[in-house]
Amino acid sequence: MVETETRSQQRSLPSAPGRINLRAQLHQGLAFASLVILFLFFSLASEDFMEWTNVSSILLSTAVIGILALGTTFVIITAGIDLSTGTGMTLCAVMTGIFLTNMQLPLVVGVAGGILTGALLGLVNGVNVAVLNIPPFIATLAMMLIAQGLALVISGTQPIYFTDVDGFINIALGELVPGLPNAALVLFGMALIGALVLAKTLLGRYAFAIGSNEEATSISGIQVRKWKILIYTLAGVFTGVAGVILAARLNSAQPSLGIGYELQAIAAVVIGGTTLSGGRGSIVGTMIGALLMSVLTTGLRIMSIPQEWQTVVIGIVILIAVYADNLRRRRAS
Amino acid sequence: MVTPPLLRIEHASKRFPGVQALSDVGLELRHGEVLALVGENGAGKSTLMKLLTGIHEMDEGQIYLEGRPVTIDSPRTAQELGISVIHQEFNLMADLTVAQNIYIGREPRGGGFLLRERELNRRARRLFERLGITMDVRQEVGRLSVAKQQMVEIAKALSHDARVLIMDEPTAALNDAEVTALFRLIEGFRTDTTGVIYISHRMEELQRISDRVTVLRDGCYVDTRPTADTGTQEIISLMVGRTLAGQTHSEPRSVNRTEPVLQVEGLSTKALLRYITFDLYQGEILGFAGLMGAGRTELARALVGADPVDGGAVRVHGNQVKVRSPAEAARHGIGHLSEDRKRYGVLLEQDVITNILLPSLPHYSTRGVVRDKAGRARTQQLVRQLDIKTPSLRQPVKNLSGGNQQKIVIAKWLAKDCDIFIFDEPTRGIDVGAREEIYQLLNDLAAQGKSIIMISSELEEVLRMSHRIVVMCAGHITGVLDGTEADQELVMERATRFSA
Repeated sequence: MVETETRSQQRSLPSAPGRINLRAQLHQGLAFASLVILFLFFSLASEDFMEWTNVSSILLSTAVIGILALGTTFVIITAGIDLSTGTGMTLCAVMTGIFLTNMQLPLVVGVAGGILTGALLGLVNGVNVAVLNIPPFIATLAMMLIAQGLALVISGTQPIYFTDVDGFINIALGELVPGLPNAALVLFGMALIGALVLAKTLLGRYAFAIGSNEEATSISGIQVRKWKILIYTLAGVFTGVAGVILAARLNSAQPSLGIGYELQAIAAVVIGGTTLSGGRGSIVGTMIGALLMSVLTTGLRIMSIPQEWQTVVIGIVILIAVYADNLRRRRAS
Repeated sequence: MVTPPLLRIEHASKRFPGVQALSDVGLELRHGEVLALVGENGAGKSTLMKLLTGIHEMDEGQIYLEGRPVTIDSPRTAQELGISVIHQEFNLMADLTVAQNIYIGREPRGGGFLLRERELNRRARRLFERLGITMDVRQEVGRLSVAKQQMVEIAKALSHDARVLIMDEPTAALNDAEVTALFRLIEGFRTDTTGVIYISHRMEELQRISDRVTVLRDGCYVDTRPTADTGTQEIISLMVGRTLAGQTHSEPRSVNRTEPVLQVEGLSTKALLRYITFDLYQGEILGFAGLMGAGRTELARALVGADPVDGGAVRVHGNQVKVRSPAEAARHGIGHLSEDRKRYGVLLEQDVITNILLPSLPHYSTRGVVRDKAGRARTQQLVRQLDIKTPSLRQPVKNLSGGNQQKIVIAKWLAKDCDIFIFDEPTRGIDVGAREEIYQLLNDLAAQGKSIIMISSELEEVLRMSHRIVVMCAGHITGVLDGTEADQELVMERATRFSA
């Protein structure tokens, strides 16, 4: 009897850290099944849906939210939250614009500058949370406003266009792999890196530990402050990458864009089975969550359902996803 | 030349806002000894331990390790010095696996920064083999039972190659068999180069395991004596600073068993319980004994609707009831006092009055508006009746001792007019003085005609308090013994009926 108990418990170990076990993680929530079902449904409902151009446009539109969500996953696993990713991303885009157009820096340097801007925002978030003990919700809410304001101030409230910057647009829209926009490639690359870091490095392990029991982690001799700062900084790097991708896709930095993206990113994370109370979560889940949201919006659009309704549907999906996950967990225990 | 002691603390003082937790305390741990550290709650044992493990820094005083002065400013430093601790409240990360918990901060890595999970698991498996404990090291800790979590804590502490091992109430969650296993581990750990500081409320354990005993009272050092020459009563009087009256034994064990208050028939759950049948009579204390995993806590949770029931019937005062939630249980007059008081018993941040009135608040309000006066009067009466020691009704419960917290849970159900009380480990984490008070309280409740189910892992407690004893094993009832004729052997024989 004891044995069967152990076995059934092992089976319900979807998000225990330390393994990139695809099968186990797909088991997490019904998100993946829903994704497949939605995909099939829309394919039947509209012939155009399965067209490769449509699929690649879904991937393209997932890229920005997806990358933000990847970074947010780390923060949420520590039982934190990051509300500054949306406007932070905008600030990164604007800074990239300043570096590349005003300062005429080389492409690589400008892009790196944009990403570093994100890392800096994350670093400040991390210090505010870990050292000044400001609750993550408040610290990143403040950062959201600060980034939003700075983006407007620095850009003079005007969009910055990259038309004169050779090759910039290709970062998002070029096709290193024919048929697949680079933005999607970046998304998958970042997801792979994220999954590795989460499952196979100290940073990932301590993110889970902090989210499970911060005090115990600290008593175990882990420098919780240091790791929290690093984790928020990492989330900032993802924000920076998203900012560059967004700017490249639009071939411009739009200073008034960005607000609300952070909530969509959080939604993707939550749909993917990561719990807001910390200690549980996965990169695969977040990717599924992000894709699910894009598939849904694209599919509904193809079926000519007005945009207003699309957001209603997404809201309902979040509720269903989290409730289903609760049910599953209750059954598991 | 005299070799310096393994560990020595001199003149340790520590002040917290409003409390002098320790003043001028000294302590000496010799090589190869088990030193018991005792004192009532608030005597300063935990504070002293936190100084040794770098959770707090001392205001004054000095720690010497092998005669060398050391400064312990963080948990990490303590670990590096070879001081390991098993905390009273588990310090485990519930979402990490057993192996990940044990080696946190010391993860084996390969190729720079990548973790080597397989090596991690291998080490953990070896550790448990060495300790002679069966454990699935890839299991998430949050899914383990309390006793198994305790084992993980112990393994974690022992994995540090510690020289000084500090154990704070390590047996609080263990049954007798597990305690024996733990003592074997301690004996195995004790060598010429190591020492153990053992904090416990259980007097009989000190006699079994410790060489000397150091007593603290109100943050001050009282005395250190060889355990073998010091009687339990003597230790207790050192702790409380007065001589306790001899143990009050249970009231005359006669109950008028005519009207069953609670009748349980064929109760089963999917998980564990199989056809549980028993009656509880008015004014009776019905003890539940059994080993870990016997299903006693599960039974309590099923009875109050905290866990789903698969089959069977429950009658309260002869009426068949279906209890689907603790709220319904309370409506039928059943109050539950969980083994995990801090999690399920009280709202730690809230004050005394809020806690006591929580279940009966609707009774003290009119159309949703609370009538403070009536509630306050009732609370005051209960605080007096149960002799709850609190400076005021507005005192946050977290500032009260374990014994008083337990009383608050009792008061809460009394305010709700409950007449059936299910106590799960009523004296866990409660010090000796308060323990007697809780026993007295249980007897008083029974004398007033309340009916009590008392689940306890301490056999002595069950034998002493119960009118009848129900013994469980592996989800079954394996015996109902009369309190007057039951003894340890008889209960243990029933409790191990099915064990392999």
